[in-house]
Amino acid sequence: MDIFGSFALLLALLAAVYALVGGIVGIATRRAVLTKSARNAGMAVFGLVTLAVAALEYFFFTDNFTMAYVAEHSNRALPLFYKFAALWSGQEGSLLFWSWLLSIYAFSALFLNRKKHPELMPYVGVVLAGVQTFFLTLNNFVATPFSVLASANSNGVFHLARVAEGSGLNPLLQYPEMVIHPPMLYLGYTGFTIPFAFALAALLGRYPGEKWIHITRRWTMVAWCFQSVGILLGAHWAYAVLGWGGYWSWDPVENASLLPWITGTAFLHSVMMQEKRGMMKVWNVWLVFTTFMLSILGTLLTRSGVISSVHAFAQSGIGTWFVCFLAIIFIVCFWAYWMNRDYLRSDNQLDSLVSRESSFLFNNLVLLAACFAVLWGTLFPVLSEWFTRSKISVGPPFFNKVNVPIALFLLLLTGVGPLLAWRKTSFDALRRNFAWPLAGGVVAGGIGFTFGFREIYALICLVLSVFVTLTIFSEFYRGARVIATREHTNILTAIGDLTMRNTRRYGGYVVHFGMVLVFIGIAGSAFNKDIQMDMSPGQSLAIGPYTILCQNFDQVANDNYQSERATLEVFRDGHSVMMLYPQRRLYLASQVTETMVAVQSSALHDLYVVYAGQNPDTGKPVIHAYLNPLVKWIWFGGVVVVLGTGLAMLPNRRAAILLKAVQEKSWGNAVAATSPAVVRRVESHDD
Amino acid sequence: MKARTKFLVGSGMIVATLCMLAYVGFTQSKTYYHTISELPALQGASLHQRIRVSGNVRAGSISHREDRVDFVLEEQGKTLPVSYIGRDPLPDTFKDGAQALVEGQIKPDGSFVAEQVQAKCASKYQASPTGSPAGTQPGQTMNGAGGSGIANKS
Repeated sequence: MDIFGSFALLLALLAAVYALVGGIVGIATRRAVLTKSARNAGMAVFGLVTLAVAALEYFFFTDNFTMAYVAEHSNRALPLFYKFAALWSGQEGSLLFWSWLLSIYAFSALFLNRKKHPELMPYVGVVLAGVQTFFLTLNNFVATPFSVLASANSNGVFHLARVAEGSGLNPLLQYPEMVIHPPMLYLGYTGFTIPFAFALAALLGRYPGEKWIHITRRWTMVAWCFQSVGILLGAHWAYAVLGWGGYWSWDPVENASLLPWITGTAFLHSVMMQEKRGMMKVWNVWLVFTTFMLSILGTLLTRSGVISSVHAFAQSGIGTWFVCFLAIIFIVCFWAYWMNRDYLRSDNQLDSLVSRESSFLFNNLVLLAACFAVLWGTLFPVLSEWFTRSKISVGPPFFNKVNVPIALFLLLLTGVGPLLAWRKTSFDALRRNFAWPLAGGVVAGGIGFTFGFREIYALICLVLSVFVTLTIFSEFYRGARVIATREHTNILTAIGDLTMRNTRRYGGYVVHFGMVLVFIGIAGSAFNKDIQMDMSPGQSLAIGPYTILCQNFDQVANDNYQSERATLEVFRDGHSVMMLYPQRRLYLASQVTETMVAVQSSALHDLYVVYAGQNPDTGKPVIHAYLNPLVKWIWFGGVVVVLGTGLAMLPNRRAAILLKAVQEKSWGNAVAATSPAVVRRVESHDD
Repeated sequence: MKARTKFLVGSGMIVATLCMLAYVGFTQSKTYYHTISELPALQGASLHQRIRVSGNVRAGSISHREDRVDFVLEEQGKTLPVSYIGRDPLPDTFKDGAQALVEGQIKPDGSFVAEQVQAKCASKYQASPTGSPAGTQPGQTMNGAGGSGIANKS
């Protein structure tokens, strides 16, 4: 059966190589038959890799401990759900998982476009085949998931071996959230391959910009959404399970996942400049290339152990493969760009600083600055070792100092950008659009200040968050009001109608609102409180509005683990409001300890209590209690971002052509005074 | 001024501000990585740096005191006594034999005061190094599809 799996993988590699070589030859000789068979080979990779994945999962489900990978990551008592997830818990399996997700994306891209863009798709197929060839090479020769256990007998001859019981899945990973986080993140990382393929293909084939930019944007939104979910799930897992009270530590592996997200965000915005004004073509193409390269860099940093991290693994040779692949990608991209750079000339120039173009430019500038800072900070140990003799690393103060102001500036742009017109905004329009949201923001800031918020960044965040929320609200309201009066409906129906006529724009506003919630949640951390105390039964500690009374602490034991547990009663205003049971578990099979945090989460704050162990001198349990304001807003904001992205990807309801000469200045895109005609915006999502 | 020039000036100011912030953040948090064997050789300014050291926790050396946790790190035969004075609880992965990374400063007497301790996350991508459960055979892995009899480590 293992032969079946490895054979399927080998065939997949051959299919990918054929798709690559046949595709190139088909383009060069203009033989449609060859191109078509290359495309079919590219799609067939999906079927073959699926067979390989199915084979490996079969081994997990049947507890086949002759397979090295299964023996290392599973055991008989493991619940079925986790046996399934054990597929991606190690190097070989997760690389196979990566190839599988990539093949799903490639298949979808090739299949959905099989009757469209006949001049573009052959190139797309070639690029996708190239990437798949690399990963399948790793799967087949470097990190093989179907290795069989063997041991040497006394003659030195190897024979097949099997173990009675596997090593089991690490308990830290036996948590539903930890199971969803890698697939989401991988769907993000691999997803960025598709826009990359389309952009490189368009460049190589000199395909008209207006056409490929639509396709690329849509696929980028999908990948970006998954990446966002993956990052937030990772943060939530770190917070809820690891028990250090925080959700982000600027760890190299965390940063690696953030980098393509940042450039992806920049691309989603700058692409609008190319669509509307034909600007930033070179920039966009390189932004897509960079996003893909960063996603490869991300997996390189995670797997190769070249940067030490809490997530880091053994130094392994696989890093070299990824570095070579990155080099090849860069060379190909640069060559494609150089040969076709005249095709990327801009149609227009920047007309005014007070314009939507300018806000997008600043958006991209600071996002790229953030990306650069995070990349620099993450790679600093490696770079400093090359150039100086010492290995220097930087920590959260560096990342926070640079990224917090950038984030606040981005927040400002989020409010300002949509209110500015393309090309140039008149002063009247500025005054009209900005006045009351800005006033609202300042008032909110004033209220915060009088309530004792003195932390400057948190204050600015509050002002800007209110400002942005009010601008979003006004955008919905003004557009809906026009529809409501014209069609004689109520405002709510009008809002729905408005949104469905331009899903990308209004879905985008929902995403912005979600990000505002996330920022508010993060700003809450400026007011975190914590207190640590040895507590014997009967003692209590006070934190915020709560008093925590230690009632008891005991030991619990079962087949799976032994645990030390504290029983705490929480009082507020003299009333008992809840019981908390923070624990520390020792899993017997793997001898791994795990902290079970007790969290009570409300909209206002999280009461987060950790059992930090027993004080060996006094025997008393050590309780560490945190009061973390507004954390729930982060997770809630994340949900809103996902919903907004989904909304933005829906196709528009066909907008009615406006026959009446209505001045649509309430949409906020008043074109410069020379053109008094009706402004009709029909933005179609159809590719 | 043309819009483009104004934009470049604006960008310049933003980038300059960020560089300044980056520099301040860098000096506040830069941490030098040294091995245990390098520590005794440090002198002068290096003695006051923030330092990061990695090593394995010597079995039986972990001792919880009232306001700190003492333990001994060893690597390549050299040892380093460490006192962890941070407020956060030690990571779950921190125990005898674990590979740990400590960050802090070196004291004149050669011991290390750590403000931060990280211990290697029970690796996803590597078989657990902390002892094998009963029944695992030590062995090498062989590529199933090949079967040429030559084993290769995965």
